[in-house]
Amino acid sequence: MDPSLKKVAEVWERETAIVEGMDISGPWNRMFGQRVIWDYSPDLIEEIAQLPGAESFAWCYQCGKCVPVCPVDVVGDYGPRKLYRRAQTGINLLDSPDLWLCTTCANCLRVCPKLVDMVQIMPAAREHAMLTGRAIPAELQEALENTAIYGNPLGQPARKREAWVKDAGVPVPILHQIQRPVEWLWWVECYPSYHPRGIDASIALARIFNALGLDFAILGREEKCAGDSQRLAGERGLFEMLAEENIRTLAKYEFRHIVVTDPHALNAFRKHYPKLGGQYDVWHYTTLLARELPKLQPLLTKSLPYRVTFHDPCYLGRHNGEYDAPRQLIQALPGVEFVEMLRCRENSYCCGGGGGGMWLDSFAAGHQRRRLSEERVLEAVSTGADTLVVCCPYEVSRFEDAAKSTGVEGRLRVRDIAELLAEAMGLIGEDAA
Amino acid sequence: MTIVVVMEQVPDVVEELAIAPSGTDLDRDAVSYVLNEYDDHALEEALLLAEASGDEVVAVGIDTTGELDQTLYTALAKGARRAIKLTGDFEGTWLSTRAAARLLVPVIQELGPRLVLTGVQAPDDLDGQLAPTLAALLGWPHASVVIGSELVDGVVQVRKELWGGITMTLELELPAVLGVQAARQAPRYVPISRVRQVMREASIETREVEAPDGLVPAVTTLRVPEQAGRAEILTGSPAEIADRIIELLRARGLL
Amino acid sequence: MTQRIAVLVEHLEGQPTDVTFELLGLARRIANTDGASVQAYLFGERVGHLAESLPADSVTVVEHSALHHLAPEPTARVLAALLPADLPRLLLVPNTSLGMDVAAWVAAALEWPLVAYCQALEHRGSRLVATAQLFGGKILADVTLDERPTVIAALAGAFAADAVNPGAPGKIERRDAPAELAALRTRSVVLERPEAADVDITRAEKIVAVGRGIESKDNLELAEQVAQALGAVLAASRPLVDAGWLPRSRQVGKSGLKVKPKLYFALGISGAPEHLEGMKDAELIIAVNKDPKAPIFGVADYGAVADLFEVSEALLERLEG
Ligand SMILES: Cc1cc2nc3c(=O)[nH]c(=O)nc-3n(C[C@H](O)[C@H](O)[C@H](O)COP(=O)(O)OP(=O)(O)OC[C@H]3O[C@@H](n4cnc5c(N)ncnc54)[C@H](O)[C@@H]3O)c2cc1C
Ligand code: SF4
Ligand code: SF4
Repeated sequence: MDPSLKKVAEVWERETAIVEGMDISGPWNRMFGQRVIWDYSPDLIEEIAQLPGAESFAWCYQCGKCVPVCPVDVVGDYGPRKLYRRAQTGINLLDSPDLWLCTTCANCLRVCPKLVDMVQIMPAAREHAMLTGRAIPAELQEALENTAIYGNPLGQPARKREAWVKDAGVPVPILHQIQRPVEWLWWVECYPSYHPRGIDASIALARIFNALGLDFAILGREEKCAGDSQRLAGERGLFEMLAEENIRTLAKYEFRHIVVTDPHALNAFRKHYPKLGGQYDVWHYTTLLARELPKLQPLLTKSLPYRVTFHDPCYLGRHNGEYDAPRQLIQALPGVEFVEMLRCRENSYCCGGGGGGMWLDSFAAGHQRRRLSEERVLEAVSTGADTLVVCCPYEVSRFEDAAKSTGVEGRLRVRDIAELLAEAMGLIGEDAA
Repeated sequence: MTIVVVMEQVPDVVEELAIAPSGTDLDRDAVSYVLNEYDDHALEEALLLAEASGDEVVAVGIDTTGELDQTLYTALAKGARRAIKLTGDFEGTWLSTRAAARLLVPVIQELGPRLVLTGVQAPDDLDGQLAPTLAALLGWPHASVVIGSELVDGVVQVRKELWGGITMTLELELPAVLGVQAARQAPRYVPISRVRQVMREASIETREVEAPDGLVPAVTTLRVPEQAGRAEILTGSPAEIADRIIELLRARGLL
Repeated sequence: MTQRIAVLVEHLEGQPTDVTFELLGLARRIANTDGASVQAYLFGERVGHLAESLPADSVTVVEHSALHHLAPEPTARVLAALLPADLPRLLLVPNTSLGMDVAAWVAAALEWPLVAYCQALEHRGSRLVATAQLFGGKILADVTLDERPTVIAALAGAFAADAVNPGAPGKIERRDAPAELAALRTRSVVLERPEAADVDITRAEKIVAVGRGIESKDNLELAEQVAQALGAVLAASRPLVDAGWLPRSRQVGKSGLKVKPKLYFALGISGAPEHLEGMKDAELIIAVNKDPKAPIFGVADYGAVADLFEVSEALLERLEG
């Protein structure tokens, strides 16, 4: 054995020590002794770490790398290091507002040397809080109840999920009506089906698909929320229920690939549906359109005199590694000048909507100096851009609202990539949105 | 001791409603059902009472939809000890309040609870609300529009909301019937994984019952009210607009 | 014996409520067509003096301490004791918090038919037809009444109070408290008024809601004055709450509170979907916005494309002046 690895068997602390004529007496030599630190009880950390999925909570060694990259810390006081530290000092995460503030954006995981993984810790801790009968924020409760009853967090009737189609101005085939196999099953998701600004983007995308001659169809009223954000908010059971129903519905139809509007649905289909028996080839629409660029490019005939910047959705970028497709599409837009924000790609900021944040708006705002979405639109404006481009359905409504509340609405428009593409193709007018 | 909560599924008024060709009922094929929102409050109030008193909550429902199980399992997951479902030859019918009460009375008498709670009203109770109807048939004291209750020394103290925020506090001897408008706190959330676990582990007691007389409410015709449509635009100067607004409010007794 | 249309008189703290006069008006119209008379049931503790102010042909008065606040059990028991002998053609009861407990109890106890949530009652040929509002107001049910005495629980505000007063006060008939009142199982009954401290906008009947169109915190006072003049409470869209101009308890919408008042008067609110989620079920929505394309007009019953300050001032002049 390497002698240097040998444990010190015994330590003497000499009362006086004189080395080369110099008196260095003192308690210095105690550093060779073994110390056990009992200052803080590890109980509250253990309570979290014993939950399946949340083990890594206990691995934190307090290096602090996660804090400056945490988008919630930028506007508040947050980050895994701080949660660990608070648990040491007796604050139970399960009873603290902190439990609901993480958006599972995964930026901390990117830098954490110990792989402390909030993307798994948070859903486990939240589920445990619910199972132990702790109250959950009312906004979130309503979204979860709506999802269980109606299959969407907005509480809209299931039958209206396909109502937007009649305003599309182009054919949008619905599988239960056409009864034939298709190449692409377009998973529209909830906000693009029901929210007025989401519908604008859906109509734009429907027109682009038609212009490209894509063989596609939607599920319409049979589609239910893919459920990923509900899962991250702690409702694994609800997620499984939705996934089982969706998998049953998908099994009724023949298609080759799924194209999704929503990066959260992409994440669910890629990472969590397979465990429940749903194996699909799933694409985000930006990836699909980027692949179709040779066909798309000649159709982009109208020059758009905009200076644009782009917000990477957490669940498209960090979670699923797609950074380039949206940028290729933006750069293909004639006339458009593209500028990056400082926080972009792997280090992109978060809009605040992920991990259940979409349904914790007032709750989160009560614990932050400003909303994450507000922080982000100010960053967008600081680049000199007049248009903030997005490709996740949570974002148009969040950023438009944030532009209003920060007073930059006259200076910054928020557009889905599909809307800009459709505009450059002459498929929608400039103020269609 | 026992607290009974009566829970009912009702047509979801968020969905579009259509009238059946008979003209006397909704088109039940197109209806989706949800738990009557006030019954959810009744359950919460019952659970709060039971948590304080150690009583046992029994959820009872009449299955007119074939879908009542979900509601009862959710009640069990939230803390009810037993769930009883009455089934019979009335699936898909619009049960009158009177008929519902007649079906419930024998079960309630058998359970011998000290309180029966149910929602203050339902979207389809044309022939009156269930709580006072049950109270009349049982001969028990009652109150509805209840927004809080407490069991003290063999009586229940209830707060009943009148209007404009005025409340009436009553003391009712037990057993009594309460029609709940709002529980003291918002109905609790129970995660679906708990409901699913309960579905595997617990069971619902099913009782076959005879359809009573006066099964459906006496309706001549149903119709859809004329749609007001989009806003009627008031035009003119601010003074003229103000005049019109005041006129509108007066006409509706709002001024 | 002429037929009678009976009305249960609802009163609070010594005053008959508005709906009582609405029901007496309705009873009068039905009675005129049928050649019937209008009978009022006036129960309470010391309420006899109210009898003279009631536009009815006869007033049946029962006074007893248990009837003080018209609590459900005593009121219902007295009615159930008197009705089998009186046998009116109709008993009209307000479908209010006090009335609905009594209507359903009495109808069930006597096995009389009942039509609740009644918003219209009229003759069609020789028959009376009651119309009830069901399924959140999305469906109306017409019920043709048969010959049996029937209880009608009528919605407040649905009927005009324009009863022709018969001139001389009606015949006043005092009755003894029925024996049932000796064996009540409802004990003490107390009324409480809300504490003025915190306003609960979900319980308010009338709401004046302001949005960013109000521009500055100083202008809130104007909106507050309008609210006061209308007897309404002030609520707001989220941006105003975020700015700290009003507390969170006044925020209407998805992440605020859901309200269903009788009046929602929106000043300078655009009508974002997140806001609409909290107020679209209000019974009457009136919106003032200077943008004719504001989505709030999509859910409003009445809209004015105008400056909210000018309209507010004009309203105040009329209501206060
Ligand atoms: C997740 C999430 C949750 C949210 N939750 C809520 C919520 O609970 N409640 C809520 O309200 N919002 C909520 N919002 C915000 C919502 O999207 C809107 O931003 C907000 O409702 C806008 O408020 P507003 O109508 O007052 O402001 P604006 O949209 O700016 O509208 C102001 C209106 O005033 C009009 N106006 C201006 N001056 C005048 C004048 N002199 N006279 C007449 N009219 C005038 C303008 O034409 C304009 O229509 C939420 C947003 C998100 C993303
Ligand atoms: S980066 Fe990882 S190890 Fe370091 S403080 Fe954060 S969570 Fe702990
Ligand atoms: S996942 Fe994102 S929001 Fe959550 S702690 Fe990590 S960096 Fe912060």
